[in-house]
Amino acid sequence: MSAPISAIREPLITGSKTYHTITEDICGPTERTPTTAWVIAFIFAVTGLALYVFSVTWTIWVGIGSWNLNRTINWGWDITNFVWWVGIGHAGTLISAILLLFRQKWRTGVNRAAEAMTIFAVMCAGQFPLIHMGRLWLGFFIFPYPNTRGPLWVNFNSPLLWDVFAISTYFTVSLLFWYTGLVPDFATVRDRAKGLRRKIYSYISFGWTGSAKHWQRWESLSLVLAGLATPLVLSVHTIVSFDFATSVIPGWHTTIFPPYFVAGAIFSGFAMVQTLMIMTRKVLKLEDYITLEHIDSMNKVILATGSIVGVAYLTELFIAWYSGYIYEQFAFYNRVMGPYFWSYIGMMGCNVISPQIFWSKKMRRSILVTFFMSIFINIGMWFERFVIIASTLARDYLPSSWSYYSPSWVEVCLFIGTLGLFSTLYLVFMRVAPVVAVAEIKAILKTGGDQYVGPNIKHDNDHKESTHH
Amino acid sequence: MKQESTQVLYGLYNDEEVLLHAVKKAKEDHLEIMDVYSPFPVHGLDNILGLTESRIHIAGFIYGLIGCLSAFLFMTWVFTRDWPIIFGGKPYFSALSFIPITFEVTVLFASVGMVVTFYTICGMGPGVDNPTLDDRITDDKFCIAFDVDDADAAKQAALRQFLTDTGAEEVNVKSI
Repeated sequence: MSAPISAIREPLITGSKTYHTITEDICGPTERTPTTAWVIAFIFAVTGLALYVFSVTWTIWVGIGSWNLNRTINWGWDITNFVWWVGIGHAGTLISAILLLFRQKWRTGVNRAAEAMTIFAVMCAGQFPLIHMGRLWLGFFIFPYPNTRGPLWVNFNSPLLWDVFAISTYFTVSLLFWYTGLVPDFATVRDRAKGLRRKIYSYISFGWTGSAKHWQRWESLSLVLAGLATPLVLSVHTIVSFDFATSVIPGWHTTIFPPYFVAGAIFSGFAMVQTLMIMTRKVLKLEDYITLEHIDSMNKVILATGSIVGVAYLTELFIAWYSGYIYEQFAFYNRVMGPYFWSYIGMMGCNVISPQIFWSKKMRRSILVTFFMSIFINIGMWFERFVIIASTLARDYLPSSWSYYSPSWVEVCLFIGTLGLFSTLYLVFMRVAPVVAVAEIKAILKTGGDQYVGPNIKHDNDHKESTHH
Repeated sequence: MKQESTQVLYGLYNDEEVLLHAVKKAKEDHLEIMDVYSPFPVHGLDNILGLTESRIHIAGFIYGLIGCLSAFLFMTWVFTRDWPIIFGGKPYFSALSFIPITFEVTVLFASVGMVVTFYTICGMGPGVDNPTLDDRITDDKFCIAFDVDDADAAKQAALRQFLTDTGAEEVNVKSI
C-alpha cells in the first residue's frame, strides 16, 4: 500500500504507538483476568442465553402453536428477527471486504470485531427459519441429499431454498475469512504465552511462522476472499428480499426490494458495529485504535445508507400511488394508516429522520449521541422488517380473513434470548481473541499513526520517507 | 513437517525499512536467504526477495468454475431428467431461477477450496507446530534467516558481519 499519504488525513492510531505497544495493548486484555465491567456484562448475557435455551426448548416441546401466528399472519416476529439479524451481519462483511477493496484504511481498527459480529449475527438469524419449520429435527430436509423418497429433490426455483444456500454460504465464507485473518494474531498471542495457554494458541494458530512467502499468499488469499465476499454479501440480502419480492402479495411484489434491503442491512449493521465498538473501546481501553475518526467515518456510512433507505420508503409510496393499482395503493395506505401505523412511525422516525443529525460533524463525533443513535437505528430497522411482514399480511385480499397479530411471551423471550446468545458469543470472543487485527494495525502504523500523520506529527522522524515501490 | 534439523543463522531487525535495505543488500551480494519473517506483511519485500506472484487466485478460479458447473448442471439434471416437476407453469429448464444457487455454490467452492489450498501449501493446519526462530517475530522484530548447515566458520562469520552491518540488533544461531 504505497499510496501517497495526505498530510491532512486524520491519524487512525493515536498515542505514538510502537509495534510492541500495539501488541501489548491488543493482546493484553486476553491475558489479564476479566474486568468487573466484563463480568457484569457476561452475567447479563448468560441470563439472556438461558432465556434463549428455555424459549427454544419450549417452542420445540409445545410446538409452533406457542407462538401467536395465525392463518393470515403466518410470518411474525420470527421472520422479522431473521431478516433483522442477517441485515446486522452485513456491516461486518462490508467493512472487511468492500472497504478492503476500496483501500479504506480506517477499516483496520474495526474489521475484526465487525466480522465477529457478522458471524454471531448470522448464527442468531439462522435459528428463526429453522425453528419456524416446526419440526426442527427434520431440518435437514432443506438440503438436496439423495434420499429414499425417489430421491425427491428440493425446489431449486424457490427463493426460500435460495436463502438456505445464501445464508449457509455466507456463514461459511465469513467464518473462513475471519479465521484466516485471526491466524497470525493467534500466533502473536501464542508467542507471548506459556504452558497450557501456549499449547492452546499453538493449536489454533495452525503453525504460523510469519514467513515472507506465507504473508504474500495470505494477502493474496485475503484479497480474493474479499473480492468474493463483496458480491456475496450483496447477494445474500438480495435473496432475503426475494423471499418477499417474488411473491404476489401487494406491498412485497416490488423490484426495489433488493437494493432497499441491502442498504437497510448495511445501515443496521453499522449501527450495531457502533453499539459494540463504543462499548468495546471503553471496556478494553482501545481508544487509541478505535478513534473518533473511525466513529465519524461509520456515522457517515450510517447517514448515507439511512438516507438511501429513506428515499426507498418514499419511492415505494410514490410508486404505489403512481401504479394506479388499487391493491398496491391499499397495501401502502394500510402500512401508514392501518393497524400497525405505530410501527411505521417508529420506522420512519428512527431510520429516516433521526440519522439526519449526522450531517453535523459535532454530532458524528459525539460518543453519547452516536451510542443512542445506534440503538435508535437498530430499533428502527427492526420496525422496518416488522412493518413489511406483519402489516402486509394483516390485510390480505380477503377482508373476512383480516387479522391482527401480537407476539406471545415465547416469541418475545426468543428474541431477547438471541440477543443473549449474541452478547455471550461476543463477550467470549473479546476475552480469547485480539479484538483488533494486530498485524493489520502494525501494517498501517506508518501511514496512520499520529507520530507520522496528522497534527502531532514528529518532524524529526527518520522514517519520513515511506516505502515507495 | 518433521525434517532433520537445520542450523539457522538469523538476525533480528527493529524496523521494516531497515529490513528491506538489508534484503536488498543481501541480493546484491548474492547471499542465499533461507527466509524472511515479519510480524505483518511488508510491502515490496516479495519483489526484492524475488518471490513469484502467488497463484492462489488461479486455484480459486478453478474451484469456482467447478462449483459453478456442478451446481448448474446438477439442477438442470434434476429438473429435466431425474424428476421433472412443473413449478408455477414455468419450463423445466428455467435457467434464470438457477442463477442464485449457482452463484452461491461458486463462491462457496472457490472460498473453501482456496482456504484449504492456502493452509496445505503453507504446511499449516490445526495443531501443526512449525518451529519458530524467535518469539518476538510475531511481535515487533523482523528477521532474516540464513541456512548455515553447510557453511564453514569463515562463511558464518561473513554472514554475521553482513547482518550486523545492515543494522540487525541481534544475531543468533538456532537449529530448527
